[in-house]
Amino acid sequence: MSENTNSTTAVADVIPGQRDADSAPLLQVRDLKKHFPIKGGFPIRRTVGAVKAVDGVSFDVHPGEALGLVGESGCGKSTTGRLLTRLYEPTEGTVTYNGQDISHLNRRQLAPIRSEIQMIFQDPYASLNPRQTVGSIISGPMEINGINPPGGREARVRELLEIVGLNPEHYNRFPHEFSGGQRQRIGVARAVALEPKLIIADEPVSALDVSIQAQVINLLQKVQREMGIAFVFIAHDLAIVRHFSQRIAVMYLGKVVEIADRESLYTRPRHPYTHALMSAVPNADIDAEKKERIRLEGDVPSPISPPSGCRFRTRCWKAQDKCATEEPPLVQISGSNEGHLTACHFPEEPTTVDRGEDIVLDPALAALEESGENA
Amino acid sequence: MPEPQPPEPYLSGGGRAPEDGAIAATGAGGAMDLATSEGTTLEKTPGGPEGTGPAGKPRSLWSDAWRDLRRNPIFIISGLIIVFLVFISLWPSLIASGNPLSCDLAKAQEGSQAGHPFGFDGQGCDVYTRTVYGARTSVTVGVCATIGVSLLGSVLGGLAGFFGGSWDAILSRITDVFFAIPVVLGGLVLLSVVTSSTVWPVIGFMVLLGWPQLSRIARGSVITAKQNDYVQAARALGASNSRMMLRHILPNAVAPVIVVATIALGTYIALEATLSYLGVGLKPPTVSWGIDISAASPYIRNAPHMLLWPAGALAVTVLAFIMLGDAVRDALDPKLR
Repeated sequence: MSENTNSTTAVADVIPGQRDADSAPLLQVRDLKKHFPIKGGFPIRRTVGAVKAVDGVSFDVHPGEALGLVGESGCGKSTTGRLLTRLYEPTEGTVTYNGQDISHLNRRQLAPIRSEIQMIFQDPYASLNPRQTVGSIISGPMEINGINPPGGREARVRELLEIVGLNPEHYNRFPHEFSGGQRQRIGVARAVALEPKLIIADEPVSALDVSIQAQVINLLQKVQREMGIAFVFIAHDLAIVRHFSQRIAVMYLGKVVEIADRESLYTRPRHPYTHALMSAVPNADIDAEKKERIRLEGDVPSPISPPSGCRFRTRCWKAQDKCATEEPPLVQISGSNEGHLTACHFPEEPTTVDRGEDIVLDPALAALEESGENA
Repeated sequence: MPEPQPPEPYLSGGGRAPEDGAIAATGAGGAMDLATSEGTTLEKTPGGPEGTGPAGKPRSLWSDAWRDLRRNPIFIISGLIIVFLVFISLWPSLIASGNPLSCDLAKAQEGSQAGHPFGFDGQGCDVYTRTVYGARTSVTVGVCATIGVSLLGSVLGGLAGFFGGSWDAILSRITDVFFAIPVVLGGLVLLSVVTSSTVWPVIGFMVLLGWPQLSRIARGSVITAKQNDYVQAARALGASNSRMMLRHILPNAVAPVIVVATIALGTYIALEATLSYLGVGLKPPTVSWGIDISAASPYIRNAPHMLLWPAGALAVTVLAFIMLGDAVRDALDPKLR
């Protein structure tokens, strides 16, 4: 199968910057917001605030494309993923799939779209019903959508098991009889059972052993290339995202701060937060040039009351007064490549070359480093 | 049932050859040799006697549970006891030839004699006959009250847990109100106005006051099950509420309900005895273990046999149902097989 992989990669491996600009996006997300109400008060409970988990996110996903969504824990990546699959209903904004606004459809109206947008979950132990056999887990999507493949559902399940690299004879086993990586393969088989057009993969490998991660990533890549499925790949591991996605969006506190093609983002990042993220990637190559190190101070601010203006300003070394008053728009700034959008008033130079000094914002860490140098 | 194990490991290789530009190129991914690690995980597949071959019938939770139960000695023993109880409840005269209501005061409190193995009670009635005839009432009260409480409690609690929101809030407050009613006092008030001498008012009363307990348990375990990703996965596939409830939540939430319900069964039989003792439960001439236990308890020192036989029957019955519940719960959990 690896031979014909090369011939079918054409769709996915088109360099996104050169992609036909006219091709209609499969999924359009515009100003998407999800605010979770906080209830409180006595004796009558009322809404006293909101966790602004996702607060104005916009991006497109084109057919067959893999869009990576990266960011720290709690930045709203997973919520975004669940909004795209309509497990949550957006507070504001629109999700347009194939030209149809699906943001507020009910279950019946969503039915035809459900089979085209699938989800792969983070935890393979929680995402498979322990009381169903692998066969009924994978044939579930067909049952729900009333699909009878030629040759029967069981034959199709066996075929799917083979596609994801499991023994078709394990049809009758229960999930607990499998290892974590194998369970995630079952999750992949369930997601591709209906040959969807879009898969939301919510940290599909972060719960797996490192040695298994690569297998599952390669399986996903194989599925993506051979079936031409578009992916929204949510992860916090930058190396995996870089490997998997053609285009990457960086999220911070409910907003996309930078979105660009893979090469552009990794070699010419503009947003200070992206720089900080990149500098945190460990480098196994001892011959590689020394990279700058950026250590941010403190934690991500609370999404209940995010900072005014630019949300990153409280941890940014370039922040000025303007950042507190004016929210930077997500635009292409001068010096960036085509399609490389950044939301920053004072962007960094488009390079990852060592700036000659580390940026250490954390006072405790700075003190530690200083004492280390003096010693 | 050892079946031939499928040939392992499964190594078709070709389909999973590492793609070019595999993750080793990504810096952090360092030295991951995909080709070898693929093979080893597949070899680790646990191969148990349940690994059915290609000819194996499709397994389902319930068919597996049944196959498992049939081989479980605890299930067989408790099942036999329960079948026997049902049998004597339906046809008590087959094993007890006497009449439970024909008593001879002259023989009051006498021990066992020929033809009367369990002796006589305070009224001179044959304890063996009364114990056999009492099974019908006690088993009916226990089983019917348990079924009623379980159905009402788990349906209401399950729906509250599943839908949440205002429905849940209202139901939880109603549950609290019912919890606040003392059982004995409630029984004295409610049952004293009932004139019927059948078991049904007592069962109805138990269901009325018993469902909140099961409802709370069902609500809790449904909420736990509901939060699992596999329910979200089913929702993302477009599954209907009823499918999610029946296929995903019910099988994963039913275990605590089974356990509590089988333990509660014994409590209901004992409660029936309490209510009968207070004079608001079953009334003579109805024969029940509860009535006999309460009647015999003052004489435990001089004539313990009067108490021990019906109490022993009650204990065996309750034990059988608890063992049954335990076996069913275990059989419904694939991890415990």
